[in-house]
Amino acid sequence: MDNYLTWTKGVASWVFTLDHKRIGVMYLLGVLVSFLVGGIFALIIRTELIAPGQTIIEPETYNIMFTLHGAVMVFLVIIPSIPGSLGNFVLPIMLGAKDVAFPRLNLFSFHLWIIGAVFTVLALLFGGFDTGWTFYTPYSTKTELGGVVPVIFGVFILGFSSIFTGLNFIVTVHKMRPKGMTWFRMPLFLWALYATALIQILATPVLAITLMLVGLERVFQIGIFDPAMGGDPVLFQHFFWFYSHPAVYIMILPAMGIISELISVHSHRHIFGYTFIAYSSVAIAVFSFLVWGHHMFTSGQSALMNTIFSAITFSVAVPSAIKVFNWLATLYKGSIALNTAMLYALGFIFLFTIGGLTGIYLGTLNVDVHLHDTYFVVAHFHYVMMGSALIAFIGGLHHWWPKMFGRMFDETLGRIAFVLVFVGFNVTFFTQFMLGSHGMPRRYYDYQPEFASYHLISTIGSYVMAAGFFLTAAYLLHSLFFGRKAPANPWGGRSLEWQCTSPPPHDNFKVTPSVGDCYDFRAVHWSEEEQGYVVIRDEESANLPPAH
Amino acid sequence: MTAIDSKPEETPGLDESHGSDTPFQAHHFDTPIQQYESVKLGMWLFLGTEILFFGALFALYTILRANDPELFSYASQYLNTILGGINTAVLILSSLSMAAAVHFAQRGRKTLMLISLWLTLFGAAGFLGIKYFEYEHKIHVNLNWGPSFYYPVDAAEAAAVGEDGQVSTVQDENARAAADESALLSAERSTSLPDVPEPRLAPMPPTDAVSMAQSAIGPGGLSAVKPEEKIKAERAAAGEVTYSDKPHLEDQDLPVNTHRFFAIYYAMTGLHGIHVVVGMVMIGWLILRGTKGHFDNRYYAPVDLGGLYWHVVDLVWIFLFPLFYLIH
Amino acid sequence: MASRAHAQHRTDDTHPIVGHLVPMSTLVWTTLALLVLTILTVAVRYIDVGEFNIVIAIGIAVLKATLVALFFMHLWWDRPFNQIVFVACISFVVLLIALTVIDTKQNAPTLYTGNPARVQEVLDAKAPEAPITKQTGLSSPG
Ligand SMILES: [Cu+2]
Repeated sequence: MDNYLTWTKGVASWVFTLDHKRIGVMYLLGVLVSFLVGGIFALIIRTELIAPGQTIIEPETYNIMFTLHGAVMVFLVIIPSIPGSLGNFVLPIMLGAKDVAFPRLNLFSFHLWIIGAVFTVLALLFGGFDTGWTFYTPYSTKTELGGVVPVIFGVFILGFSSIFTGLNFIVTVHKMRPKGMTWFRMPLFLWALYATALIQILATPVLAITLMLVGLERVFQIGIFDPAMGGDPVLFQHFFWFYSHPAVYIMILPAMGIISELISVHSHRHIFGYTFIAYSSVAIAVFSFLVWGHHMFTSGQSALMNTIFSAITFSVAVPSAIKVFNWLATLYKGSIALNTAMLYALGFIFLFTIGGLTGIYLGTLNVDVHLHDTYFVVAHFHYVMMGSALIAFIGGLHHWWPKMFGRMFDETLGRIAFVLVFVGFNVTFFTQFMLGSHGMPRRYYDYQPEFASYHLISTIGSYVMAAGFFLTAAYLLHSLFFGRKAPANPWGGRSLEWQCTSPPPHDNFKVTPSVGDCYDFRAVHWSEEEQGYVVIRDEESANLPPAH
Repeated sequence: MTAIDSKPEETPGLDESHGSDTPFQAHHFDTPIQQYESVKLGMWLFLGTEILFFGALFALYTILRANDPELFSYASQYLNTILGGINTAVLILSSLSMAAAVHFAQRGRKTLMLISLWLTLFGAAGFLGIKYFEYEHKIHVNLNWGPSFYYPVDAAEAAAVGEDGQVSTVQDENARAAADESALLSAERSTSLPDVPEPRLAPMPPTDAVSMAQSAIGPGGLSAVKPEEKIKAERAAAGEVTYSDKPHLEDQDLPVNTHRFFAIYYAMTGLHGIHVVVGMVMIGWLILRGTKGHFDNRYYAPVDLGGLYWHVVDLVWIFLFPLFYLIH
Repeated sequence: MASRAHAQHRTDDTHPIVGHLVPMSTLVWTTLALLVLTILTVAVRYIDVGEFNIVIAIGIAVLKATLVALFFMHLWWDRPFNQIVFVACISFVVLLIALTVIDTKQNAPTLYTGNPARVQEVLDAKAPEAPITKQTGLSSPG
């Protein structure tokens, strides 16, 4: 049967496609390649740190490595990962639309992503950059490495790619919903993508202009951020974090959306507190703009603003906790299927709770003075950005993999790989909480002997995690060619994407699908014949009272 | 930049017409109204990002000014209120013609719409022309951003830039020749020059446009060689009468950090200028399509969206004008 | 202010199928108001009312911007959500301005009163005679 993968052939039919599904797959490829590259940088860093003193690379190379690891992982992997790949693929289908509102803009933003990635690579050819992914002034206006301007330009372009994706999603959600798809019938993943898109549109332009000013400062010495010319470096931090704190939510909100889907589908249980989860996404999006100063407690920010930012930071815990409690309540009395995707979702809840709670520590003024710029911070944001955002991305990838490519992967290998990743992750980064609270500063090439055993354990953990990811790559690639054909609905989902074939046809739906409660699983039954789930609308289930 | 800014206007899929109501309806929209409302919402969201884009610079401006109000009231005297005012009027009138173009497009009056678009394009060109005069004069007298703000406007100094090994162009050689002449006139300064330790200008990049422009100007600036009358005449010709005549470096009252005023001035008006250029490209594209007869009262969304973009360019200038030119 | 997508009568050229038609007279009156306000704001620049100069200047600019948004940009007749987008974006700019200004005002605005180090370097090299060159840096806060 004809599907979007076989609809047309040739490289050009992919590179210039207007099909949101193909664009999503291309994003997926780009993100995974970047993830491999960023991961290799991470392994080099961890290997260097396996013992005190020089192990494999020079100190200067080390600085470039951790900078590249951060920049690649943030700008090329985590930010575009869920919205760009899974979001692009799933959003219109979940909505019941033929495509996003602006297919050509969608393609354009993918092309921008490629150009931005190319500039990031060019930065390496120009001598690399060692500013850290945060580009703090005045160092970034002074460092002699020539890669700063290219990478700034690259990130500027990536920013616009992100903006256009967000813009497209907002318009799609507003204007492309078919009859019957009301706001409160939308799957929670769409609410999350919508809230994310709001942040992308409101925050990213500020980053773009800030980086532009850093570039101008570097080339022309205009005296905005560089104190030697009368500029104010703390101002840079204000502007940078006005984007980059909300950017944390660009990473985590879609992840939370995925978890809402995964938890509900794989435990065959109606999501608990739908409206609370939906509104908490939007609340997080708005709150995220009010807390940026918690990155600047020790930067000379005024005491008044420190207090205000610290207080508001605590309040972000409320909508986040609402989500966690609702997920847990959803699991209660559910028939939980420990599929690989579900394992990642459960892992997310565990890791996100640790990541979120340590965020509260760091948002506390006096604690932060001790912990600032230590491995505690490194561990905290890896628990949030990797342990939560990326783990959810991998979980979502497993959830929608049969839908995207029409093939089932090996569940046993999937579960083994999850255990490797989960254990490896915790060994790597929980150790770093201890390192940090004992005073090991981040971004250091060398360290005191008393930190040696922690660093050794952390490095071993990273190898275990890497093994898990390589195993994942292996069985996913294997499934593409040798996997069992996927049924339309392998997990028993109710949202619209499970109503079309796997992989979906070019136009998504031959007939406009009927929209119901996408979390009501009572009519979903396993069918031996299909080797998947089917929706049976018999008299009995039609007369059931509403689920919640 | 061009492609980025003008993209949302083009979003209705041109190549996917399926014989619907209008020839420009994309297949994934059910009705022209749905398509129109979608592109309009998309444009508003894009304008929202533009507002935040400029908003960051407005925030920067507010911080600089709140912390150093005297600096701003001092430096503002170097901006030409009359030229700024004329430019404001030009932009308002071009906004009117743009709104009129939308009006006529909605009524399907092709000729009137095209005339309005041409008028808008002329307005934009006029704005940029005036802006060019303003910039050109400032660069002439070293009212620059960056360190060159503190270079005396003097041929000898222009040559000194070359001696530091920063600029080595044909213009630089000319400037050096001119410098030899003026060195005779200001012997004192020229003897003091070689004492300068050489890393002074090392961080300046070799392709520094400002110093190149400056050396290209050679002795034409406010150098000691030039008669005062000639300068005055030149300034009067440019219509610059409202502000200080004195080279800023000779001013006893020049506050420290004045170069920062010009940094934010060039950053904001420059970014605005880039948007005007993008707007001109966009209006040109609208004229092209309008001439081909693509627009009528059923399909005019590109004109409408182009209009919105152009009005935002106007909006930004409405704030820039009092914030820079009208500081008491 | 709700939008109306007009019914489909194509014969009358005064009614677009979609969107709202603003009469030329409204556009011209808006323009006149904008020009008058421009002259007013220039005039006010030459009157000294102390702190209020900036307030008046910004006030007039906001008024002008409102006119442009409401009438030139059709926001008066537009969808409520488009209005929200516009207002929300401006409020986020205000948020950025407010919080950063509060912070920088809380700090000592300048730790030194003279020229910054690099500027002093340039001045010493290029314009040793200029009055500003004597404002050497790093004196104690004023
Ligand atoms: Cu933060």
